[in-house]
Amino acid sequence: MTVMQLGVLFGAIVLSVLVVWFFFFSEKTGARLVVSSGVQEANIVVKGGYTPDVLVVKAGQPVRLNFNRQETASCSEMVLFPDFNKSAKLPTSETVSLEFTPDKPGEYDFQCQMGMLHGKLIVE
Amino acid sequence: MVKDPVCGMDIEEQSAFAARNMDGTTYYFCSQDCVDKFDANPKKFVHPSNDTQPIVSSATTGVNPKLAGSLHVELPIVDLDCATCALTTERVLDSLDGVQKANVNFATAKAHVTYDPKRVSLPDMEHAIKQAGYTVGGAKTQIGIQDLRCASCVNFIEETLQATPGVLKASVNVATQQANIEYLPGVTTLANLRRALESTGYKTVEPSKGMPPEDAERAARLAEYLNLRNRFVFAAILSAAVLVLTYAEFIPVLQTIPTQINWIILFVLTTPVLFWAGSRFFVGAWSAFRHHAADMNTLIALGTGAAYLYSTVATFLPGVLPAALRAVYFDTTAIIVALILLGQMLEARAKGQTNEAIRKLMGLQAKTARVVRDGEEVDIPIEEMLVGDVVIVRPGEKIPVDGIVREGTSTVDESMITGESLPVSKKLGDEVIGATLNKTGSFRFQVTKVGKDTALSQIIQLVQQAQGTKAPIQRMADVISGYFVPTVILIAIWSFALWFIFGPQPQFVHALVSAVTVLIIACPCALGLATPTSIIVGTGKGAENGILIRSAEALETAHKLSAIVLDKTGTITKGKPELTDVVEAGSWKLEIGKSNLQPLMSNLQLLALAASVEKSSEHPLAAAIVEGARARGITLADATDFDAVPGHGVIAMVEGRRVLLGNVKLMAQNKIALGDLDIAARHHADDGKTPMYIAVDGEAAGIVAVADTVKDDSREAIARLKQLGLEVVMITGDNQRTADAIARQVGVDRVLAEVLPEDKARNVQMLQREGKVVAMVGDGINDAPALAQADVGFAIGTGTDVAIEASDITLIKGSLMGVVVAIELSKATMRNIKQNLFGSFIYNTLGVPVAAGVLYPFFGILLSPIIASAAMAMSSVTVVSNALRLRGFKPSAAK
Repeated sequence: MTVMQLGVLFGAIVLSVLVVWFFFFSEKTGARLVVSSGVQEANIVVKGGYTPDVLVVKAGQPVRLNFNRQETASCSEMVLFPDFNKSAKLPTSETVSLEFTPDKPGEYDFQCQMGMLHGKLIVE
Repeated sequence: MVKDPVCGMDIEEQSAFAARNMDGTTYYFCSQDCVDKFDANPKKFVHPSNDTQPIVSSATTGVNPKLAGSLHVELPIVDLDCATCALTTERVLDSLDGVQKANVNFATAKAHVTYDPKRVSLPDMEHAIKQAGYTVGGAKTQIGIQDLRCASCVNFIEETLQATPGVLKASVNVATQQANIEYLPGVTTLANLRRALESTGYKTVEPSKGMPPEDAERAARLAEYLNLRNRFVFAAILSAAVLVLTYAEFIPVLQTIPTQINWIILFVLTTPVLFWAGSRFFVGAWSAFRHHAADMNTLIALGTGAAYLYSTVATFLPGVLPAALRAVYFDTTAIIVALILLGQMLEARAKGQTNEAIRKLMGLQAKTARVVRDGEEVDIPIEEMLVGDVVIVRPGEKIPVDGIVREGTSTVDESMITGESLPVSKKLGDEVIGATLNKTGSFRFQVTKVGKDTALSQIIQLVQQAQGTKAPIQRMADVISGYFVPTVILIAIWSFALWFIFGPQPQFVHALVSAVTVLIIACPCALGLATPTSIIVGTGKGAENGILIRSAEALETAHKLSAIVLDKTGTITKGKPELTDVVEAGSWKLEIGKSNLQPLMSNLQLLALAASVEKSSEHPLAAAIVEGARARGITLADATDFDAVPGHGVIAMVEGRRVLLGNVKLMAQNKIALGDLDIAARHHADDGKTPMYIAVDGEAAGIVAVADTVKDDSREAIARLKQLGLEVVMITGDNQRTADAIARQVGVDRVLAEVLPEDKARNVQMLQREGKVVAMVGDGINDAPALAQADVGFAIGTGTDVAIEASDITLIKGSLMGVVVAIELSKATMRNIKQNLFGSFIYNTLGVPVAAGVLYPFFGILLSPIIASAAMAMSSVTVVSNALRLRGFKPSAAK
């Protein structure tokens, strides 16, 4: 094995570790929702993903999420909260609000209809 | 402070925009606009009697309300929920200065107020009612105002609008250039409001109705499609040039171009393809990257980016690469981008068709209605319609909203809502559904539901909600999607490394090509698209056939059903008793004491007597007899001395004869010998009917039998359910004998009779314990717990009540055939989803390894990245096209 080949092998190992870490283990930043007049509210931009994509809320208090989709790719056309049986169609550059009250603490996923974009709702 | 005579704004004299002198008075203006208006027609603004507060005449009557006497208004109050609340509201209104008389009717939920418009206004009343805790049911509208510049003209416009009869609240927003008005559509109309607004000197903008949602969606789709098409055309043209130049050495004219120069030309041609036409991949990949996520864009961006970067290095810095490795892949880069754009373009067009069903439903909405207001027929937009309005519908016209027929008869084509292809006849008291088409006669109906409460709006809402839910089968695809892209990236890294280390010469080229091919061929989108597109088409198809599926889960479960429980009353049967038999007693065929063999009383005469007696009764069975008699063209006589004997029957005098109608107890009490009638009665009871004896002048005269009859197509539907492999069970609270009789008629083998309503759910559960997947079909009212308990609850709807909470699937047309169609649709949809999932799964699990080169050691096959991109583009188009095949679904009964 030449030095070059060893270098490539080593590079592949390092890259693989990086990829796995990046997608599955790296820390995602969460956003605590702002409470205004009893409702926990957040504005979420939908563009290749949800920004912010980790939302921290308190249990038993109504949550209002204002989604604004800033792309035309049809992947993100719908946002789903399967655990709360809530979904909304997101027309491009329109703000659509979803409201519900999470009762039980826990971690709930939300996603686009095709499961390509993911976000997490952490109920405390 | 002075007032601008044009807009009414209060301004400081020294800070006024301009001033004019007329008839010895100086007038000040707030803006150029006001001056211009004044100059154009000063007389309009300067009026001797005008005490600076312009008089606004009523837009409705043309009479200044300030000069008129007392007025009367009807205020709908929406949340009046108790009789005492009506009193409270009445007292609150009465206490207002200027209200002469207030009368709140709890039943109609309306306040009738007589008031002096000089002392009290509608907004005052609205405010008072709100203070009392109730809401006045007004309509809301926005009217655009042209060139609204000065913020203080706002007050003036608001005051003018509020002084207009029928306006509850008006606010003007300078930022949006709009007046937001809450008004009583029964008192004024949009046109009047606009006229009132224009009386202030401003022009109104044609109401920006906005685009109807279906058009907006279509426009967005079209824009997306055109965008993709432009990018594709651009990429395709440049790619063709790139392709030609790549093979320049084989083309005589181009052979003379030095390689290095040729590569630079290729670079120049490819760069815009990648970074303009293909920019969406990089933008998408970057935003996904920032979310620590990866999608199809990531793969394409990585693949094309790697090929492009390497080629660019080879073009401009050939020195860093060994001579053998100097090669460019600009053709690959450009063609991949073009092909994937083509795929996305085709996919966008196909996806636009998936929701055709919803668009069709939205398009059904009528725009205007002819309503009777103050005794006159007026055409109004349907947004202004109110519950309680009387609407006139002529032949060939669309019925605008839901209501109840009050006058006239007709036949109506309801196929667009219920899926029923035969026109339905409508008479007094029948329900009509908005968006259906009136065929033959003209009629008037009273509106019962408007806006989002109409059956059509609810259907659209339900279907849209269902399309946003997830089928359980998608969970597997979701789990795979989560790991898919990172896995593909890992495979690409390792196929590069393995080719580089173990591959044949030229190792680097093989390594690069295989890594790029792996990235390009993988198609996570196909997997992601597989379930939702089929669900969207399937639920839409259901709505077209009068089947409302509430969730993707219900649609999925329906194909696995093994048993179906049918409620008897209202599901298998019509749920309403009908007259079935009239039997005259043999003894009555001879007039006693005479040798005349003519029957004294014919079948019809007997029925006439029975119906005449029952005319005065309120019992549901009585109604069936009366209805039956009317249907046979019998004119009913008046009954006197009517006496109802509870639990026995009724007694009355008809045309001088004493008629008894009731059960055996009534006959026994009156000592009437039944003779052979007893046998006939028992025979009818065995058939599930309810027989009633008739005695005339102390003699048994005959029997009338009444029964809840079976719906016309119940038998066929049950046969089909059996064909679909389901065990059919009938459940009823009726006695075993009646239940058995009905079961025999329709061909049900298993009968659960004498089940209390609260026990129905337990019976469903018992079937589930037998290991069956159970569906329950009922009317959704008294069997709600059973519907909820069942794996799939079907509610048989009637008319406009489509949002039946407990059900998973609502059948708008009250026929059992809907259950058959729903199960067939579920089977077709699930088959489609499985094809899609299987296809995309197989595609990826075969495509990725082949791209990585697993076939190379054995067959020497290595895929070109261009082939990979074509395959990838076609795979998602195929999934969507396959889902679109569901649009061709036809219920077996219609075939």
